[in-house]
Amino acid sequence: MSWAGPDDIFLSTSLATYLDKKLLVLLRDGRKLLGLLRSFDQFANVVLEGACERVIVGNLYCDVPLGLYVIRGENVVLIGELDLEKEELPPHMTAVSEAEIKRAQKAEREATDLKGSMRKRMEFLDFD
Amino acid sequence: MKIKLTSASYSVRSIKFSFCSNLLAKPRKPSLFLGRGIEIILFFSYFKDLVGREVTVELKNDLAIRGTLHSVDQYLNIKLENTRVVDQDKYPHMLSVRNCFIRGSVVRYVQLPPDGVDIELLHDATRREARGG
Repeated sequence: MSWAGPDDIFLSTSLATYLDKKLLVLLRDGRKLLGLLRSFDQFANVVLEGACERVIVGNLYCDVPLGLYVIRGENVVLIGELDLEKEELPPHMTAVSEAEIKRAQKAEREATDLKGSMRKRMEFLDFD
Repeated sequence: MKIKLTSASYSVRSIKFSFCSNLLAKPRKPSLFLGRGIEIILFFSYFKDLVGREVTVELKNDLAIRGTLHSVDQYLNIKLENTRVVDQDKYPHMLSVRNCFIRGSVVRYVQLPPDGVDIELLHDATRREARGG
């Protein structure tokens, strides 16, 4: 049993092939960050340059610029290489400003809270 | 009795020294022969044999990704190529992602082709490890 050394980067699961590429990083809390991979380590800690958070609410989206980000590996779910020739998002989605996407997020949060509280009320009634 | 006490404290000191020197030693790759390490190696070897096959990885956040298994490592991190998300409409941000790296800790299931599993081989390997462990 041999352990992958730095030589077999083409066969191993190293992130070296993603260096300096524009990536999509999914985090455990559901956030989607885009940026250029500048550094990584064995724990999948990554450094993203020019990072922005893509906030998607329904058919609206907004890229919030964040700058230089260091992400702790335990929060990383997936690191995806974006194909520059393909569209990053479906055509029916529209770009909106930061303020508008924040409003949409708040509305969505309130809707899920309302749904949750209504369900709690129904569970309380608990028809046997 | 006094002599006994001093020899005991001397040996404790020497044990402490050797423990510290191990910590200062260069970090080694994890030993393959620890009890828990053996089960991890079994699946690492198993996935290494599946490289090139089409698999569907279901993550703990319910995202399911279908793709060709490119590589796997000791942490069971997975690299997939030619990826397509199973429920594309629910995950619009994944539209242009064709290759991805999935951290091993977030995988819930790896769905394999039915002919990809040699059940008897896996069964024998597991029995062997269980006996040896």
